[in-house]
Amino acid sequence: MMATSRKMLDQEPSEIEMLLPFHAAGTLSARDARRVEDALAGDPELARQYAVIREEYAETIRLNESLGAPSVRAMQKLFAAIDGEPVRKPSLSVNLSARISAFFAKLSPRTLAWSASLGAVALLLQAGVIGAVLMKNQTASFQTASLSMNEPSSAPITRDLGVAAAPPRALVRFAPEARIADITALLDTYQASIVDGAKGGMFRLQFGNRAMSKDEAASLLARLQREKIVSLAVATP
Amino acid sequence: MQVLYGRHHVRVFRFGLRLVRDEQVAEDLISEVFLDVWRQAGKFEGRSAVTTWLLAITRFKALSALRRRKDVGLDEEAANAIEDTSDDPEVVAQKKDTGEALRKCLTALSSEHREIVDLVYYHEKSVEEVAGIVGIPENTVKTRLFYARKKLAELLKAAGIERGWP
Repeated sequence: MMATSRKMLDQEPSEIEMLLPFHAAGTLSARDARRVEDALAGDPELARQYAVIREEYAETIRLNESLGAPSVRAMQKLFAAIDGEPVRKPSLSVNLSARISAFFAKLSPRTLAWSASLGAVALLLQAGVIGAVLMKNQTASFQTASLSMNEPSSAPITRDLGVAAAPPRALVRFAPEARIADITALLDTYQASIVDGAKGGMFRLQFGNRAMSKDEAASLLARLQREKIVSLAVATP
Repeated sequence: MQVLYGRHHVRVFRFGLRLVRDEQVAEDLISEVFLDVWRQAGKFEGRSAVTTWLLAITRFKALSALRRRKDVGLDEEAANAIEDTSDDPEVVAQKKDTGEALRKCLTALSSEHREIVDLVYYHEKSVEEVAGIVGIPENTVKTRLFYARKKLAELLKAAGIERGWP
């Protein structure tokens, strides 16, 4: 098998080789990260280069952290500059509401009272017209919610409370490096939807809209647990 | 603005300082960057992370500040000034401290290489984000980082440190 890395300096680097630093920083998509991991597992030379990159990564962080922080002078200068800026124009929506308020403020109380009365009459007229139209279209028949004893009673009257009747759900914690695009792709793949928010970093996911057998649900959960961007997945009602 | 400043000013300062190599200039940069942000807050489209937007502005301001400096060789002089504060890579290598030598050599990289290394390793920006900040195609981001790393290896080798790559 051809090695993924290149030994000769004058050779162009391979695609995987160029992705190694991004893999070390954890900024690759799940798909690319998997490609890199597969390549690292099968190419010791590439793995050696990755170890070198990890060292560079750590020292770059150490170097930057050693740079310290700016003095208070920078902040004072900034806020003094902001104070010296001309007053900003209000946004369009604020402007519009201000103009509407100003319009009503210009009207006299008598005019306002007349306008309000006119509005009330218009509302009453509108309600009358709608009522008349509804009465005209209504048919004489009506239905009540009743149970016919003549119908075959194959279906139960009450809901089945068995666990198998509901689509399977799981509490899932995503890996810190998981990106929104990866999570969305995972949800698509599993036809899953988030039914409850991130409580303690856990999401409650529902898979599909139909109930699954115990085996099916267990296999789905096992598959989910193997996903790179999933750090924890447990079944939940 | 105070919250935004409080959350990001150190990151902006360090990125700026690595580019301009002058604390005073880097501090002035922060004020300029956040003042721009205050003025153009309405233009932020939310398509990228706030840090990506801030770093792009910082880079632009840093390059403008560097261009304002009259003497072209100042960049190298500043680098030397920084290096003078402690041992040079050869001496460090004699002390068998690879980490310190690595940090020395990271400082000695060209500004083009320094910014890409910092953006990827320290600011943890993805290929797409670096491309957006630096204004180069994504493939160029990958190759530029590769050659920055190769240059780093050459500097380390010159300092007597072999790491088994390239």
